[in-house]
Amino acid sequence: MEQKNRAYLFISLLLSLTFPSFVFALSSPLPDEIARRSQIALFYPGKDMKARIYMRLLSKDGKERIREMTMLRKNLQEGGEQRYYIYFYQPADVRDTTFMVYKYPKKDDDRWLFIPALNLVKRIAAADKNSSFVGSDFSYEDVSGRDIEDDSFELIKEELLGEADTYVLKAVPKDLRSANYGFKTSWIDKKSFLPIKEEYYDKRGALYKLFTAEEIKEIKNIPTIIKRTMKNLQTGQGTEAVFREIEYNVGLEDEIFTERFLKKPPEKWIK
Amino acid sequence: MKAKILAFFLLIRSLVRRHPSFPRKRESIDNTGFRVKHGMTRCTRHIVLLMVSLVIFFLLLSLPSAWAQPMIHGFAQADYSAKISGGDLLIGDERIQLRFNESLKETSFFIRADIFHDSIEETSSTDLREGFLDMRTPQIDLRIGRQIITWGIGDLIFINDTFPKNFEALFAGRPIEYLKKASDGARVNVSFDLLSFELVAIPFFEPDTLPTKERFALFDPFASTANRETIEPKPDIEDTEVAFRAYKNLLGLDLALYAYKGFYHAPSMKADSVTNPTIITSFFPRLGVYGASIQGSGLDGIISLEAGYYDSLDDRDGTDPTIPNPQTKFLLGYQRQIWEDFTVGLQYYLEYMHHHGEFVQSLPAGFPGQDRIRELITLRLTHLYLYQTLKLSLFAFYSPTDDDYYLIPEIRYNINDAMSVTGGFNIFDGKNAATFFGQFDKDDNIYTYVRYEF
Repeated sequence: MEQKNRAYLFISLLLSLTFPSFVFALSSPLPDEIARRSQIALFYPGKDMKARIYMRLLSKDGKERIREMTMLRKNLQEGGEQRYYIYFYQPADVRDTTFMVYKYPKKDDDRWLFIPALNLVKRIAAADKNSSFVGSDFSYEDVSGRDIEDDSFELIKEELLGEADTYVLKAVPKDLRSANYGFKTSWIDKKSFLPIKEEYYDKRGALYKLFTAEEIKEIKNIPTIIKRTMKNLQTGQGTEAVFREIEYNVGLEDEIFTERFLKKPPEKWIK
Repeated sequence: MKAKILAFFLLIRSLVRRHPSFPRKRESIDNTGFRVKHGMTRCTRHIVLLMVSLVIFFLLLSLPSAWAQPMIHGFAQADYSAKISGGDLLIGDERIQLRFNESLKETSFFIRADIFHDSIEETSSTDLREGFLDMRTPQIDLRIGRQIITWGIGDLIFINDTFPKNFEALFAGRPIEYLKKASDGARVNVSFDLLSFELVAIPFFEPDTLPTKERFALFDPFASTANRETIEPKPDIEDTEVAFRAYKNLLGLDLALYAYKGFYHAPSMKADSVTNPTIITSFFPRLGVYGASIQGSGLDGIISLEAGYYDSLDDRDGTDPTIPNPQTKFLLGYQRQIWEDFTVGLQYYLEYMHHHGEFVQSLPAGFPGQDRIRELITLRLTHLYLYQTLKLSLFAFYSPTDDDYYLIPEIRYNINDAMSVTGGFNIFDGKNAATFFGQFDKDDNIYTYVRYEF
């Protein structure tokens, strides 16, 4: 009996030295499963969502720029296709501008922009999801998510971050050209599966971007990040995004995500 | 609420006279060579301006103080452009645009009005850019009033968009939104799951604003005849322009069919006598346009296709040299993001004249001919820097058949959220002074505008 135990311990020790993640494998979900559940928690909560987003873009020299918008999101399938509708209030030069995205897994998004002064609906080329969203430090991927299949995941460790018990997940792009980062480390809350902190490392391995979930609240029993920041450590600029008036499962109609409502926002949802 | 509606009607009344964004004083040159002005007197203009200011003041007063954000938005802008050779000012313009909207349930009204001072003509005036009433039911959107309408998928190339445009604004370096002119009419949008329709009726004809001889070096085949007149379509049922569009998004593809019956928006010119003309008449021949467009993702970018048949209703057999020949127009476009914040757009455009033989045969001696096929290639490069606050862009037209080109390099910097500075050039050149861009060879200009948004 004792011998058996000793042998088991020996094998575990050996395995954990060669494959550090094996130690958690018995008790923890697989890294891909953590990544999937985290994606659902962050980008797919509810059948639909409405929120007013207030972004502050802070430059290194203390200059502040504001982006304010209402975002409507509807899931067609959990973890699959989504529709986004965004109406801008600020800055003044884009007031009344609307933006619509059909997000597909494993395929480039379809994006449309409506410019009211020209009454023009314009399709936007969307090949690069790493592009900055409205000049902020958040990229399109940070706003609407990145395909899970595009990264390989590894569970590095489990640790306490503040009060939160977290999985520490490392994501490496399968195709390095598909992302701005060389790898990304995420601290994912074991209960809510929301990322509490994310470190982005560039392709030479230097830390350059830092994501922090500053405030998490339950809305209709759904844990939601109310305030988040993304800091660019190389340029010194940072963006703080505060979500207000968040509502889930409000029953957004399919037709909102069409040209008709892009040209004339739905009074019911946009005020 | 009552006060606001009253103010709305007052504003409409004071602005009901259309003021083009270039306050063209209607001028003609009489036999003695003196310019005769038929424009509004300065006194009347000042009264109009005073009225508008009062109405706006009234609107501001009627705002409930509880509103956190002002309901009136807009901008203040100073806009200047000058010819590169000679330095003549093309634009000297300071303006304030005010936008106001108010809604009650599914009904709303919107006003976009400019008050401006033209420092070249030393005049001040107002321009109601848009002013309309919107009504919405679950299936139908109705918009009545002065409104800007844009159709089609071309980038500065218009096939199925037959709505009025101000090309002088583009060529002289005004902000791009001044390229589109509003139409006075009604638009109905009907949406079904299967297909959506849009129907437009415009009883009040509004021509394109083309570069004027006062500011641009234009090719004019009747240069020696000074006596001019213009005949516009009448504001009645028979001359009401009608436009129709059916559209649908199918699997991420934008599909549309178009039909239009109305008039060419650029005037045709005819003389009372070919050999010894005494009066030149500008008129707008009847036109029907039938077309289609498709746009969607492809080749890591966006692919666009648009085509239209221009049915020249007053010259279907192409034998009248003063009226455009029937044409088929075709556009192929491709747009792609090359890397972060850098986008490239390419377009190929082709115009096919259906009765070229008849056109050549009927062309009076000394008038410039035209090939059966005219081609255009455009390139748009856009690069953003400094968190998208600095934008460098280039738009280039080149016609291999006319051998002429038009370049618009531009730089814009957003100093902060409210303030931006833009500068650029309009460069024209061509082998022949009678081609579309070639005629503006001497009009190369440099422009700049500063805008404060609120």
